[in-house]
Amino acid sequence: MVERIGVYVCHCGTNIARTVDCKNVADYARSLPNVVVARDYQYACSDPGQEMIKNDIRELGLTRVVVASCSPLMHEPTFRRAVADAGLNPFLFQMANIREQCSWITEDREMATERAKASVAAAVMRVTFHESLEIKKVPVNPDVLVVGGGITGIEGALQIADSGKKVYLVEKEPSIGGFMARFDKTFPTLDCAACILTPKMVSVGQHPNIELLTYSDVVNFSGYVGNFTAQIRKRPRYVDEEKCTGCGQCEQKCPLSVPSEFECGLGKRKAIYRPFPQAVPGTPVIDREHCLYFTKGACKVCVKFCPRGAIDFEQKEKLIDVQVGSTIVATGFDIFDASRVKEYGYGRLPNVITSLEFERLTHASGPTAGKILLKNGQAPESVAIIHCVGSRDHNYNEYCSRVCCMYSLKTAHLVREKTDARVYEFYIDMRAFGKGYEEFYKRLLEEDVIFVRGRVAEVTDVAQSPSEKGKLVVVAEDTLLGIVRRVPVDLVILSVGLEPRKDIVEVARTFSISRSKDGFFLEKHPKLAPVSTAADGIFIAGACQGPKDIPDSVAQGAAAAANVLSLIDRKEVELEPTIAIIDGESCSGCRICPGLCPYHAINFDEERKVAVVTAALCKGCGVCVAACPSGAIEQQNFTNRQLLAEVEAICA
Amino acid sequence: MQARAEFSYYPGCSVEGMNKAYDKSTRLVCKALDIDLAELGDWNCCGATSYMSIDELRAHLLSARNLALAEKEKKDLVVVCPACLTTLTKTNRYMAENSRLRRTIGSALKAANLQYWGSVKVRHLLEVIVNEVGEHEIKARIKRSLSGLKVAPYYGCQLTRPFGGIDDKEFPMMLDRLLTWLGVQPVNFPLKAKCCGGMLMMTNEEVALGLTRNLLECAKQNGAECIATICPLCHMNLEAYQGNVNKLFGTDFSVPILYFTQLTGVAFGFSRKALGINEELIPSQALLEKHLEVLR
Repeated sequence: MVERIGVYVCHCGTNIARTVDCKNVADYARSLPNVVVARDYQYACSDPGQEMIKNDIRELGLTRVVVASCSPLMHEPTFRRAVADAGLNPFLFQMANIREQCSWITEDREMATERAKASVAAAVMRVTFHESLEIKKVPVNPDVLVVGGGITGIEGALQIADSGKKVYLVEKEPSIGGFMARFDKTFPTLDCAACILTPKMVSVGQHPNIELLTYSDVVNFSGYVGNFTAQIRKRPRYVDEEKCTGCGQCEQKCPLSVPSEFECGLGKRKAIYRPFPQAVPGTPVIDREHCLYFTKGACKVCVKFCPRGAIDFEQKEKLIDVQVGSTIVATGFDIFDASRVKEYGYGRLPNVITSLEFERLTHASGPTAGKILLKNGQAPESVAIIHCVGSRDHNYNEYCSRVCCMYSLKTAHLVREKTDARVYEFYIDMRAFGKGYEEFYKRLLEEDVIFVRGRVAEVTDVAQSPSEKGKLVVVAEDTLLGIVRRVPVDLVILSVGLEPRKDIVEVARTFSISRSKDGFFLEKHPKLAPVSTAADGIFIAGACQGPKDIPDSVAQGAAAAANVLSLIDRKEVELEPTIAIIDGESCSGCRICPGLCPYHAINFDEERKVAVVTAALCKGCGVCVAACPSGAIEQQNFTNRQLLAEVEAICA
Repeated sequence: MQARAEFSYYPGCSVEGMNKAYDKSTRLVCKALDIDLAELGDWNCCGATSYMSIDELRAHLLSARNLALAEKEKKDLVVVCPACLTTLTKTNRYMAENSRLRRTIGSALKAANLQYWGSVKVRHLLEVIVNEVGEHEIKARIKRSLSGLKVAPYYGCQLTRPFGGIDDKEFPMMLDRLLTWLGVQPVNFPLKAKCCGGMLMMTNEEVALGLTRNLLECAKQNGAECIATICPLCHMNLEAYQGNVNKLFGTDFSVPILYFTQLTGVAFGFSRKALGINEELIPSQALLEKHLEVLR
């Protein structure tokens, strides 16, 4: 059958017409093979423009359509829809970009017109070989997986669960709550972190739509948008969650104390423990590494005292498969390891602590019951807070950790509130960008905190004068005065930055999420798709994407939930048909393509000894097509015939 | 260390003059450790830090000539002076990163029938001994015990900075480890990578003496009986100017200063004379005798 092609050359107002002689291009198009009609038009994308194309299809019996206008990213969907409205398969359409790639990049009218002609010719030759393709739809499983039970994951899970959808919330620690559960007060409002967090934690624990899987992690995640399978490893707590009432008898009676991770090692916990009293779930875990029963084979004090017989040393690790349609990865951050900055003496000088340790010191239920004390039990008379530890530093992380300036101000406030100490803040730049943040900074300036602008060179216990004896001396260049200062203090608090989780590489691999240069997860678009990833149905939220404070983390948790709900309410998703197809007859079974596919969309069929594409996973990137030594793979709408025709026309 | 390690040896100007003992002890210790040090023939000034700050290009040229000579030998270049290490490494790096400089230097070298492709690695002897030779080989050669001797490990400013890559830049530990292997006790020495006063001793002696005083005081306070050095200039400032420190500050320091190679040599059983220990200004004989104990 001879194709009947219609060509439409758009002026785009003056955007194209200024440098391209559109009428000339349309005249030229009419001379191309199979072209039945060619018109130039002011705005092809306008309603009358689209109507013109539709009319031509109906009245002239067009079988193929070419529009020469802007980038396909802009209006390909518009024209495909118009073509489909007129009864033609939307893939029997081709767009030639004569704006971004032609009229906008030159002033030379003649050259631009020639270039536009070549593009139109290429599109006409290509479209001749286009085939009708069918858009498949797959249903979306309304269940959702949320990974990470910090404030971000909690917010996301609650939003989704409240709308009546089922959520699996996976947390690797024994309790949800994340870093926020360890903080004392939050900036800039100074409300107590626990007071605003615990009600949300309780809601998660009691929510009928949330299945909480703590002490667990996701070991495998496969499938495609709307239809994922997550394999979750639930580590044994050695305490039966059904029987345990969380009475705490076992914790009290357990004879073995070890340093508590939750308290940064400043306080103790038992071998059977909840990280903190408000833990959700309230069921304790037995730390197998230390528990006397597991290490020495004897003790069982907890068994004796548990009124419900909930202790179960025989519990085993469980692997649970759950089916979900989408996921939110909210795995958070790690704090920078301050001992890497040797000149600040963390780990060497006893009264140099991290800001997280300070949170525990000042927390009412922390190891000192909220008293800010030195290692010798005395109150400090002077305190230095050092900003940007591990941040904005070529030796460690180049980026700004965003939260340290503000939490340092909060730290200063708490020290001033609770002690008589003089407080020095050593900062590079003060970054108080959020709502109420600058006001908070101003408030601190009025609280007699001494701000020194300059990066600290070192913290030393080597005194150079009698006033420095027995003190920690903070050495810094005061860049406002242009002098080197030596400030003797009793306590140094290092405001450590935020880093990607240690295991982010494995998590990224499990969920096929890319990472940016700084190591954090990469969003689909930094401005317009901040919680989406390159993979449909997989969302990221919170500090796993980059340092974030609590308000931003909560906003992202909710944003990711909105994305998930929008996906669920669509009920089904369309799968792009421009995917790779493997011709089983030609496939030699060399297995090159499965390893190359960035979306894990190609499997090897052991029985037939050929590679097979999972249509729903394929993104149509074309890597396998180019790599196949047998030429057995072809990508729909990018077939060899189509591409060669296009190239031939351009080169003609 | 399996095979005998071979290196070109760049002594540098200071060990030919003021610091002969460093050179002597270096050669002895390396021989004992089966490190073949072949002195680089016809070497010249490294381009030194002072030269570098006045005429950078010419300093690079001096430095590059040494590198070109070393490349002919197809061996890594070992230095004992951290200033030489810094200067030679600087030229090496700049030539690798800056093609214009590479061409300029290249054409200058050509005039002397030399060329440099950038293959030479410049290493400090301490790093070679700690990283390449290692604990096992060191311990196997110990003949005399110095146990109980408390030593302040002093690295000075230039071993790890500015280029780094061999130890922590601000708080190195290599010398601490070596001393432990030798059976002596490195004391806590927080000023281990701080400035000795360097060239300021010539231009602003009072400031330099203050810095030297800080080092001596810190070593003493932490119980050190002597200071181990790895740099000829640090060594000289600490030793030759101790009297001036005492005069200026009214102190009474009498702290022996020993090269790390001398301490290693003593433990390996070499005579004090062979190690140049009889040449120092602040005698260490009594101190060493107090702790020495023949093992085998």
